[in-house]
Amino acid sequence: MSAEKRVVIRTEGLEKAFRRIKALKGVDLTIKDGDVVVIIGPSGSGKSTFLRCLNRLEEPTGGKIFFNGEDITSRGSDINRHRQKMGMVFQHFNLFNNMTIMDNLILGPTKLLGLSKAEATERAQKLLDRVGLGDRGANYPSQLSGGQKQRIAIVRALCMEPEVMLFDEPTSALDPEMVGEVLEVMKDLAMNKTTMVVVTHEMGFAREVGERVIFMDDGQIMEEGTPQEIFDNPQCERLKSFLAKVL
Amino acid sequence: MKEFFAEFSKDFTQSFIEADRWKLYLKGIGVTLEVTVLALLIGLVIGLFISVVRCLHDQNPSARRNPLLRILNGFCHIYTTVIRGTPMMVQLLIMYFVIFASSRNQIMVAVLAFGINSGAYISEIVRGGIMSVDRGQMEAGRSIGLNYLQTMRYIIIPQALKSVLPSLGNELITLLKETSIVTVIGLRDLTKAAMLIQGKTYQAFMPFIGIALIYLLLVLGLSFIMNRIERRLRVDER
Repeated sequence: MSAEKRVVIRTEGLEKAFRRIKALKGVDLTIKDGDVVVIIGPSGSGKSTFLRCLNRLEEPTGGKIFFNGEDITSRGSDINRHRQKMGMVFQHFNLFNNMTIMDNLILGPTKLLGLSKAEATERAQKLLDRVGLGDRGANYPSQLSGGQKQRIAIVRALCMEPEVMLFDEPTSALDPEMVGEVLEVMKDLAMNKTTMVVVTHEMGFAREVGERVIFMDDGQIMEEGTPQEIFDNPQCERLKSFLAKVL
Repeated sequence: MKEFFAEFSKDFTQSFIEADRWKLYLKGIGVTLEVTVLALLIGLVIGLFISVVRCLHDQNPSARRNPLLRILNGFCHIYTTVIRGTPMMVQLLIMYFVIFASSRNQIMVAVLAFGINSGAYISEIVRGGIMSVDRGQMEAGRSIGLNYLQTMRYIIIPQALKSVLPSLGNELITLLKETSIVTVIGLRDLTKAAMLIQGKTYQAFMPFIGIALIYLLLVLGLSFIMNRIERRLRVDER
């Protein structure tokens, strides 16, 4: 049972307001070790904001976030140290344009984890091979396709050996024929028991790979359950109408 | 026609060859380049520092609470306002006759005055470059755990500098030409050399047209070097 699984992230009444607009209105969520949590919902529902609050790229305006039991929203907590353990993948890849792929991958491990260049390169090369881009280390980001960039971005996060991976609409900026290759990598991660939080519009992925699906709307979690519960037996009206539109 | 050439060659000899006057120009070029290059280096250091302080202040709501940063940011504001709001020559005169009134080291004074002056302009150029780097680059850097300054150093500033290189080249050229006003503190740069020789020979045409050509050649040389650097830095583009 899930009772013995360690809690990785827990949010308590998480709130975020931009000026007068409340993007998050109190979100409680617990993510345990090995969980694959998929967050779906209409645009403007606060799902990306929620994800970005988890590593405080967005500063929450209320509530608390516990990472490994430590309150990372408290004043004294060193967010940079926690971020090393939270990998993030962005919609627009955000590879460092001024560096080769290999330098993108070893920057964090060498500057933050104290690995030597050789150690970091070895680690990065293994992961590059795993996503099928082993020969791309010397290229610059501008020389890659969107799907390749996103796979590199995933590898960059993995090189830090994070405890949780946050995916912020990782396939939304991709050409349709490149979505598959990125989802394939993510599926591979999920199979290997990587703890993942995925904000996505890919309902197929949510259904197939997600263990828990969260439906967010209007800054709140409206419904939560297994993929079967969410997709085959939706309870609330808004989820029903959302699914009717996207499926 | 023959007379013209005879006259021309006489003027030329008088202005450049006689009494080893070409050495004066050569020394002048040396001084001009020395002041330009050292001032640019100082300007770059000041400019980078100020642009990072101002971006740190403007981009980080949490850092803004730090009183030290607020004082520093205010100081940077005043600095750029004052420097950009007063004439270069006045700054140079103040530097030489007021601040360093007891020093006769004209090169040092000129380098400082021009460095401090161009620092204000370079800071705005670099700040523009930093702001033009996609926000996602900063977010990505921060997301792997780099702090603000590390992200600036490894990711943002290299990209910013690359994109402002043409403007920096422009600043360098302006600086080179503007150094001609160091004559007001008696420094023997290229312009002063021409003025001295004109005073001796009563010939204005040769020395002044001559140094105009020399300045032009120096600027062309600098543009060439900047172009080379720009091209070399473009490796990460397709």
